[in-house]
Amino acid sequence: MYAQMVKTEAAQDDPEKLAAFQARIDAGEKIEPKDWMPAAYRKTLIRQIGQHAHSEIVGQLPEGNWITRAPTLERKAILLAKVQDEAGHGLYLYCAAETLGVSRDELTEMLLDGRMKYSSIFNYPTLNWSDIGAVGWLVDGAAIINQVPLQRTSFGPYSRAMIRVCKEESFHARQGFDAIRKMAEGTPEQKKMAQDSVNRLWFPALMMFGPSDKDSVHSEQSMAWKIKMNTNDELRQKFVDQTVPQIEFLGLDLPDPGTKWNEERGHYDYTDPDWSEFFDVIKGNGPCNVDRLAARNKAWDDGEWVREGLMAHAKKKAAAKIAAE
Amino acid sequence: MKNEWPLWEVFIRGQHGMSHRHVGSLHAPDAEMAIKNARDVYTRRNEGLSIWVVEANHIAASSPSDKGPLYEPSESKVYRHPTFFDIPDEVGAM
Repeated sequence: MYAQMVKTEAAQDDPEKLAAFQARIDAGEKIEPKDWMPAAYRKTLIRQIGQHAHSEIVGQLPEGNWITRAPTLERKAILLAKVQDEAGHGLYLYCAAETLGVSRDELTEMLLDGRMKYSSIFNYPTLNWSDIGAVGWLVDGAAIINQVPLQRTSFGPYSRAMIRVCKEESFHARQGFDAIRKMAEGTPEQKKMAQDSVNRLWFPALMMFGPSDKDSVHSEQSMAWKIKMNTNDELRQKFVDQTVPQIEFLGLDLPDPGTKWNEERGHYDYTDPDWSEFFDVIKGNGPCNVDRLAARNKAWDDGEWVREGLMAHAKKKAAAKIAAE
Repeated sequence: MKNEWPLWEVFIRGQHGMSHRHVGSLHAPDAEMAIKNARDVYTRRNEGLSIWVVEANHIAASSPSDKGPLYEPSESKVYRHPTFFDIPDEVGAM
């Protein structure tokens, strides 16, 4: 999802300690930063929470792109608030990752030089205002499905960050639905734009949940540790079941002709996304990978003098205070 | 990266006369900026009326391995809870 294909480390600690640790998790206890934890649990979580945080930050780019071109002042204010929330979500998550012993700057460096990933979805472009509605509705809708169960994850700081994020996230999905609804109920031309957005973003949204379970090699240990709460396919199915009726409500055509209610399963059947495209985007070959990383690198480099200047000022002030005492 | 801004822990007092409560952390060069950043990061939806920030390395914390000696003694003192005492119904509310 926001953390896709996170490689789970194999546990290599003392078996007795591992069993006691697992027993705590099975009993529903939260693991806190100063508690003993397997090195692999720590490493996997840094990777997962870091990737989740990076996704929030990079996720500001496709939407920030439309702030100055929002159709009304109200839509502009709403989008601005939404993008600001994404920055906040990134910060909550970086803080949670930092309790595991990695620094913020280390995480940032790993994003900027490509050692760490962010969600594949943000490598797709937002071509018009209708896409902004679709992103809020579909992408944040998918994010909610992933994040709600993560509120119960075993690592205390991650769980608390998820609780804060979830409180704010439904505003994101609703404002998106509201924006695309306006388009879907507008002129024939606007409706066509809404349909086009849904058609283009549907499969990338399905990819957010990660590869199909049969190809997802890292799930078992992460699920035992409760840092992954559901399988990729379970979450994807939930998203499809929830979203299909919403598309129908909007009066739009289903973007996947393979969508069909399956009475026996009690779920919608759907077509899997093109996984070769997914792996290609993850590898760095999506439509916007280069732009996104370039934008983050530029922001980091352009901000260097501010970060250093403020630090120098703070040190000077602290020194003057000590001298005065 | 040598000049990384220090980490601050943020405490917010909500609307209803509660005490300040830990809400998370953030990075800032000094206390003034930490409060400004805390306002942006942690009070976007009227969550608070007052902010405390303290540099994380100034916080002393108990260690998880002290859990036994610190907290077990209170487990055997059930009489500290009002429900330990049996008050006859006819006495009324107490």
